[in-house]
Amino acid sequence: MSLDSKIPEGPLKDKWTNYKNNINLVNPANKRNIDVIVVGTGLAGGSAAATLAELGYNVKAFCYQDSPRRAHSIAAQGGINAAKNYQGDGDSTYRLFYDTIKGGDYRSREANVYRLAEVSTNIIDQCVAQGVPFARDYGGLLDNRSFGGVLVSRTFYAKGQTGQQLLLGAYSAMNRQIAKGKIQMYNRHEMVDVVIVDGKARGIIARNLVTGEIERHSAHAVVLGTGGYGNVFFLSTNAMGSNVTAAWKAHKKGAFFANPCYTQIHPTCIPVHGTQQSKLTLMSESLRNDGRIWVPKNLKDAEAVRNGSLKPTDIKEEDRDYYLERRYPSFGNLVPRDVASRAAKERCDAGYGVVANDTNEGVFLDFAAAIQRYGKEEALVKGISNPSKEEITSLGEKVIETKYGNLFDMYKQITNDNPYKTPMRIYPAVHYTMGGLWVDYNLMTNVEGMYAIGEANFSDHGANRLGASALMQGLADGYFVLPYTIGDYLANDIRTGKISTDLPEFEAAEKKAKDEINKLINNNGTKPVDYFHKKLGLIMWNKVGMARTTEGLNEAISEIAALREEFYKEVRVPGEADELNQELEKAGRVADFLELGELFARDALEREESCGGHFREEYKTEEGEALRRDDEFAYVSAWEYTGKPSEAILHKDKLEFENVELKTRSYK
Amino acid sequence: MSAAKKLNLTLKVWRQKNGNAKGNLETYPLNDISPDSSFLEMLDILNNELINKGESPVVFDHDCREGICGSCSLYINGEPHGPARLVTTCQLHMRSFKDGETIYIEPFRAKAFPVIKDLMVDRSAFDRIQHAGGYISVNTSGNTQDANAIPIEKENADEAFYSAACIGCGACVAACKNASASLFVAAKVSQYTLLPQGQVEAKDRVLNMVKQAEKEGFGPCSNTGACEVECPKGISIENIARMNREYLSATISK
Repeated sequence: MSLDSKIPEGPLKDKWTNYKNNINLVNPANKRNIDVIVVGTGLAGGSAAATLAELGYNVKAFCYQDSPRRAHSIAAQGGINAAKNYQGDGDSTYRLFYDTIKGGDYRSREANVYRLAEVSTNIIDQCVAQGVPFARDYGGLLDNRSFGGVLVSRTFYAKGQTGQQLLLGAYSAMNRQIAKGKIQMYNRHEMVDVVIVDGKARGIIARNLVTGEIERHSAHAVVLGTGGYGNVFFLSTNAMGSNVTAAWKAHKKGAFFANPCYTQIHPTCIPVHGTQQSKLTLMSESLRNDGRIWVPKNLKDAEAVRNGSLKPTDIKEEDRDYYLERRYPSFGNLVPRDVASRAAKERCDAGYGVVANDTNEGVFLDFAAAIQRYGKEEALVKGISNPSKEEITSLGEKVIETKYGNLFDMYKQITNDNPYKTPMRIYPAVHYTMGGLWVDYNLMTNVEGMYAIGEANFSDHGANRLGASALMQGLADGYFVLPYTIGDYLANDIRTGKISTDLPEFEAAEKKAKDEINKLINNNGTKPVDYFHKKLGLIMWNKVGMARTTEGLNEAISEIAALREEFYKEVRVPGEADELNQELEKAGRVADFLELGELFARDALEREESCGGHFREEYKTEEGEALRRDDEFAYVSAWEYTGKPSEAILHKDKLEFENVELKTRSYK
Repeated sequence: MSAAKKLNLTLKVWRQKNGNAKGNLETYPLNDISPDSSFLEMLDILNNELINKGESPVVFDHDCREGICGSCSLYINGEPHGPARLVTTCQLHMRSFKDGETIYIEPFRAKAFPVIKDLMVDRSAFDRIQHAGGYISVNTSGNTQDANAIPIEKENADEAFYSAACIGCGACVAACKNASASLFVAAKVSQYTLLPQGQVEAKDRVLNMVKQAEKEGFGPCSNTGACEVECPKGISIENIARMNREYLSATISK
């Protein structure tokens, strides 16, 4: 089958407006007869559920957490981008569009990205109207900060808890509709399959996680806002429950999975401390506004830091290598995430790492200079003449505390180090997945009536996402894009009537789901699910992580296939299917990760170029930067499931660049 | 990241098969725990040991493990979220405990938070309180006024943020001798009271949310302040005072 991205004709800046003027609408009376299922209640799913219900559709929303407010969007720290240009620093819709295309290393779709930039300003207006408490300046107006890969300040924020505040905004909008009965909320429910009737998505099979009951739910369309699949690496900044199951089941029912190998390894996370660790914690990119990243210039200093005989604060300025400032003078510490992560790996591989774990993986993120700078500024403002060094430090620390207090507290809690007094130690970790279900301009997958929004789709970030753009995309999709595009589709469904859950397709899907669960429960294995998940994570991190080679990827593919086989022989899932069973939940998710992981590695192997978060050792410039091969690889890899990940068929959705010239990305 | 000495512990864990079953404390010895592990990682290790022995693992709520989603709970040695201040259980690290220590782990206890299984409780009462008024009635048309059209005094914006920082974990309820949800309700009421956008529906909001909290079976506030002490996000009881003022004025004028 051929892929049609359905990009509207006309000039870039008019596409969305023209599209909206020409689509079919559903009249309010008919909307009451149409049901929509939304799976996932993060920024994308939550905002979509609320908006669709406001429009008049009957919405059924599902989340695996005990409340929609707990979806993992809540953990996003730094901020949300919008081309408001409140700072008058030259921002515009075009510039946000251009930065996003360039930041994504020219592997995203122009029309989708332009639309994202276009609606970005509405998001801020909307959120303020909902009572989202963004940071403000003393004049009462909204404050902004800067993020990696851009030269303007367009990021709106609420301390280090922007995701939380935006999600609570979407949650509040949902609550209003739940109260009116327009959203039926299913907490502690997990989608275990999607139901396709006559080629159209018409419902889902869900497991009630409290009772274990398998339920059928029908609708005229199914929206997946189920997030990313970073947990395929076991250790990531994702929540423990974040999973690929919904997207993977959709893939197995025909939806193409696009660019699975595009994974964002975030440069500033707290390094791994040991084998008992269950997850990694991010330190917001916003810290790179003020923090300087460095390692010792001398190998012996690095070693001394690792064995504890030398304090980082005792290393002289001239013996420090601020490698990002050295290599990328114009963007400095604010280079995009992929560039910063690879640079950290390069220094640590060369032996300059500063953390005493197995791989010495860690670099410093230092606030001493910022503390001094702010301290002097504050002293001036407060009219303190001849301030002492202590006074300056104390004033500066207070400024840093207002800006990043909660992050510093979190760091201290986890590491037992005081980052006001000694530099943070950080290292890259898996954070976000740019790949996801293939969608067209309407955010519809290639299965009719099945939509994917937010991180669950592949569409807007290309091979690398810029900081503070995930929140923007999630809310853009849910509040402002999907509610239009889905109407165009549902306009054809006004005479369909309710979809019966007694259809044979529902019965078959339910049976298959029950069989899969029983197979796991009745397996007479000896090893817990975590054993397999950790093993999978290690394969992924070592061979499909920040630097990939043909050899490593081939090994990964066969190792993952073997591990999958072992899993089905050896896994032990205690308890019963018809009760609350957290091990069973994990087992189902890991089973899907074990399939996705293989496709992921295949995708990385097939893409013989380096771009954004995908770095192949064979394809780099003399300076070690990513080497794209536009002539051959300027396409989206969309994989069709045919029974096994190893037999998936690749479809190429060619990327056309009509408004942006493809250039080698440079942040020097 | 220190290579500090590993801990050997005795755990007393609340086990309860379901909401109707009777529960009891079970004793589990657990050795070789790194002081750098989080409390929940320690429970992961216990669970893997239990699975290896063919026993059923301990059920507990958790998700982000970054102290922000509000999923994790646990009443540890008589305190919600354990002995450390301003952290959730997932951010509590084993260095807060001593080698050889006995640790009591129970669910959050309140009539309005019935136990589902082991350490997991049903906090959907919190959602229902939010349904009663925890929102501003604005449609997502995208045609609202410009975000900077109404300047908001920084002090009020900051205060609104501090109130909005509530993660809805329920520690306030678990800490309170009356199992009152006042701090939770007050935090939401305050956030909107402090912002001009929230003023329009302020009276109905406070009346409806308080009414719903009572209906759910949460007790009244008697100003002991335990909630503020145990709140992992440091939500101040000044919020309760603000809510009471709002409530009083709404009762008089409605």
